[in-house]
Amino acid sequence: MEDKRESLDDVVSQLRPGMTVGIGGWGSRRKPMAAVRAILRSGVDDLTVVSYGGPDVGLLLAAGRVRKVVFGFVTLDSIALDPWFRAARQAGSIEVMELDEGMLYLGLLAASWRVPFLPTRAGLGSDVMRVNPLLRTVRSPYGVPGEEAEELVAVPALPLDAAFVHVNRADSNGNGQVLGPDPYFDDLFLGAAASRRFMTAEKVVAPGELLDSGPLQSIVVTRLSTDAVVECPLGAHFTSCLPDYGREEDLQRRYVAAAAEETSWASFSARYLDSSEEGYLAAVREDYGAAPAGRGEP
Amino acid sequence: MSGESAPTRADVRRAPTRAEVCVIACAEAFRGDGEILASPFGPIPSLGARLARLTFEPDLVLTDGEAALMVGTPPVGTPPVGALAVEAPMPYRKIFDVVWSGRRHVMMMATQIDRYGNQNISCIGDWACPRAQLVGVRGAPGNTMNHATSYWVPRHSPRSFVERVDMVCGVGSDRAREIVSPSARFHDLRVVVTNLAVLDFTGPGGEMSLRSVHPGVTPAEVQKATGFELHGCLGSEVPETRLPTPDELELLRGYLDPEGLRETELA
Repeated sequence: MEDKRESLDDVVSQLRPGMTVGIGGWGSRRKPMAAVRAILRSGVDDLTVVSYGGPDVGLLLAAGRVRKVVFGFVTLDSIALDPWFRAARQAGSIEVMELDEGMLYLGLLAASWRVPFLPTRAGLGSDVMRVNPLLRTVRSPYGVPGEEAEELVAVPALPLDAAFVHVNRADSNGNGQVLGPDPYFDDLFLGAAASRRFMTAEKVVAPGELLDSGPLQSIVVTRLSTDAVVECPLGAHFTSCLPDYGREEDLQRRYVAAAAEETSWASFSARYLDSSEEGYLAAVREDYGAAPAGRGEP
Repeated sequence: MSGESAPTRADVRRAPTRAEVCVIACAEAFRGDGEILASPFGPIPSLGARLARLTFEPDLVLTDGEAALMVGTPPVGTPPVGALAVEAPMPYRKIFDVVWSGRRHVMMMATQIDRYGNQNISCIGDWACPRAQLVGVRGAPGNTMNHATSYWVPRHSPRSFVERVDMVCGVGSDRAREIVSPSARFHDLRVVVTNLAVLDFTGPGGEMSLRSVHPGVTPAEVQKATGFELHGCLGSEVPETRLPTPDELELLRGYLDPEGLRETELA
């Protein structure tokens, strides 16, 4: 069996400018933040980011790596709005594709099923149709004679060039386990990419050992949909990764506060983003103690 | 209901506050809904849904705000544990199954809302380069086309009740009517609860109409706080939003919200 373990920098080095990158998690919950920090260090830019957006989108925008965001929302949960997303939108400096969050789900599902679109009522009548002039509708071929057939939005498949998710546990074969209450759409982000399907995990164990940490149903990603696995303790930090740790609200507040000015952002970036993942972990341990994971509010 | 501790004695002689009237109005929005997922956004709608479940709408299904359904009805801000624990998982993926099945009634906020109930939570100004970026359309387009939708606006003003919203997220009655195919048949706008009044869409052509004013508010004041002409403000007598009963007040003050979170939302 192939051992899929790789280093963070090795997987991120497979990204190229202009790629469409899907990022798992939801808002400020179980985001692959170690991978995002590695992308920041790698210098790759001109990315299209597909995300149930949180600080992943904000950090990539702050570093100028993003050409386009495909989103239904961008929020930090306990703080309603991300400062960098606000700034980029209000400056008109990025392209966006704004979709109903259910449409985003169907776009990823269509890509993973290799069909060109999936139909839904979501979007009809709303300005999502106005601001996305490429969106089309389809008429049901199963109409009753003499009655008007249903017209539905054909949500286009959203294929990805690369996908990143972060889970609680993985094995070296590439199976992934979520121990928290919600798997979100992580398996679909991996499914929507044909290759470069990257999974980071708090801990990587030997094949077969995932059942020691949770029931069979908690293994929500199979090795059929992963190309590489990276062990990243605190790999979702400062977002939540229940039950391993809650969101580090203090660091999230400081992220938002730092975005207000160039100098404060430069020092935030120098302390948490610029050096290495080891540097991030060291800074976080210094700020929040030896086990910062225990501090967060679930 | 099961497992709730007995409400502590609360002073129910004190006159109901505006926030408490709003809680009742939100609770009333869910009356008759039966066994559906009630999804209230904001403290006062959450209190309303919980109060409805503890009194006249016991079959309502409520989430814990994370990824599970609550078996009991805990006070706001209390994690569902022990006898008030969860009864079933409800991760986001499953929420869409519920949304698209129609078994849900959402009460969303609205940064802007117009006379037809078109709602905006995406951005203020031109979408291409907005003056203020907000959270995004979220699930509003899909919610409004699939199941019952109500709104909660804690600050009723001409800035929120506008002639035209800048980005239609939640679909209004005019837009739904323009859809000629049967695809809009599940569109179901119910009420808008604000700090001043309860509004519905029973006006001519599905336009917004004043259903009741909260005690101490006049129809003229509601009209003044609304950036378009509101039906039902003139002529016939406008009823007052009903007051909480002593039992409801006791549940609210003594059990569901002893800290008075409801008052901070209108402060």
